[in-house]
Amino acid sequence: MIEIRNLTKRFAQHTAVDDLSFSVQPGEVLGFLGPNGAGKSTTMKMLTGFLAPTSGSASILGFDIQTDTLKAQQQIGYLPEGAPCYGDMTVRSFLDFIAEVRGYKGAEKRERVARAVAQVELDAVLEQSIETLSKGFKRRVGLAQAILHDPKVLILDEPTDGLDPNQKHQVRKLIQSLAYDKIVIISTHILEEVSAVCTRAVVIAHGKLLADGTPLELESRSRYHQAVTLVADEALDQAALAALPGVAGVEENSLEHSLSVLAKPGQVIFPQVNALIAERGWKVRELNVERGRLDEVFRSLTRGESV
Amino acid sequence: MTQLSVVFKRELASYFATPLAYVFILIFLVLSGVFTFYLGGFFESGQANLSAFFNFHPWLYLFLVPAIAMRLWAEERKSGTIELLMTLPITRFDAVTGKFLAAWVFAGLALLLTFPMVITVNYLGEPDNGAILTGYIGSWLLAGGYLAIGSCMSALAKNQVIAFILAVSLCFLFIVSGFPMVLDGFSGWAPQWLVDAVASLSFLTRFEAISKGVIDLRDLLYFVTLIAAWLAATAVVIDLKKAD
Repeated sequence: MIEIRNLTKRFAQHTAVDDLSFSVQPGEVLGFLGPNGAGKSTTMKMLTGFLAPTSGSASILGFDIQTDTLKAQQQIGYLPEGAPCYGDMTVRSFLDFIAEVRGYKGAEKRERVARAVAQVELDAVLEQSIETLSKGFKRRVGLAQAILHDPKVLILDEPTDGLDPNQKHQVRKLIQSLAYDKIVIISTHILEEVSAVCTRAVVIAHGKLLADGTPLELESRSRYHQAVTLVADEALDQAALAALPGVAGVEENSLEHSLSVLAKPGQVIFPQVNALIAERGWKVRELNVERGRLDEVFRSLTRGESV
Repeated sequence: MTQLSVVFKRELASYFATPLAYVFILIFLVLSGVFTFYLGGFFESGQANLSAFFNFHPWLYLFLVPAIAMRLWAEERKSGTIELLMTLPITRFDAVTGKFLAAWVFAGLALLLTFPMVITVNYLGEPDNGAILTGYIGSWLLAGGYLAIGSCMSALAKNQVIAFILAVSLCFLFIVSGFPMVLDGFSGWAPQWLVDAVASLSFLTRFEAISKGVIDLRDLLYFVTLIAAWLAATAVVIDLKKAD
């Protein structure tokens, strides 16, 4: 378990992390969300023992990061932002170095390195020096060093930033395959990632915790939660839709020729809308019930905070 | 201790991963030869010793050793790998000492490659090889002192060039602190103990004593303490500056 209690980090001019408290249980994949400069990376740097908090504390599986730094760090696999690696080393010698630092020798070292290499598919570039690799491969080298010792806690700072869609998909699959018995914390500002891999999302802005829940719970805060979107060739009677019980309003999207019928909080309006379509005999090409739009929730949460 | 040796191994290998190491060794060997034979007047002096060789080391090192030391921490900070290194389960002591030792061993390697000097002087005459040995020990200790200062400056500056200039300036101060021009500046107003203290900080007097074949425990202690103090300062500076 990771426990963060009243974690605060002040730099000379500003407060990067402001009285942050939450805990993470094994098996959880926590998406750490926030706009740029929200304090995500600073929090992760404090969790991994790189930065000392101004006040408050964090413990990793019971080891306090301030007083039991080395033991806590042994539990963690960490991918820093931008995946820094020693560019002049080859992939193999770099991973060997990490394995040796983690205390592996001889056959076990070779086995660990081989397994990590297989997991992130690095075989093709094993003897190349890291600075000659593409961004995607560099990121994978960073991931390989983080998972090499099969850590109980994985902390990944923007693991898919700057990757192409295929590579993003691959990294997400890897995270999902690793996650079942671990604590995984991923920072990101890509919202699709949260729905794709996270079991829980924490939103912060200006160092403060704004929201904490499953991606579904967050989505349900959206005004589009349970909204019904219709696409039809003919013009639809918007007044009739708006008059249905439980409907909060109707939005017209002229570009897609679609209508979004918004639900009042806690209401399900799909049956009513469907019944109206049948009754009027409208020819509707598409009919979707929305789960909610994370980006909209994210914007309303973080914008309210920043002004 | 194993952690220290892992850091040491990686760091030493990184010197040889680029042509830098070979270029450095070449420059060092050429310059030490030039200094010994032309400026030092090795042949003209007609003496079977290597004082013409060792006498120039404090000045030779003044520029060459900060060049080895400047990348120690500045590069880690610039490339961001310091975040990787500091979040691995390695103590500050192991990281700082491991890196320093790698640089020191590298400097020692360059120094050992001057062995043709020893062969030459033995071929030409009958030198006191004991004094030559202490000369090498003194020279290596001197390099260690410069490196420890350079390591701290490298931790202080993100830019390698600035780290280099800071280290050269500071090392220069440590050389000239035994010179009359510096001591005169103090003797007018400062108490005698302070003047003595400043004079005793000088690399030159310590190094000259050792390279003449006199190994005094106080001189050894001086270099060991100096190195330890600057490495401790390095660790403190890293803690303060690593996130900048």
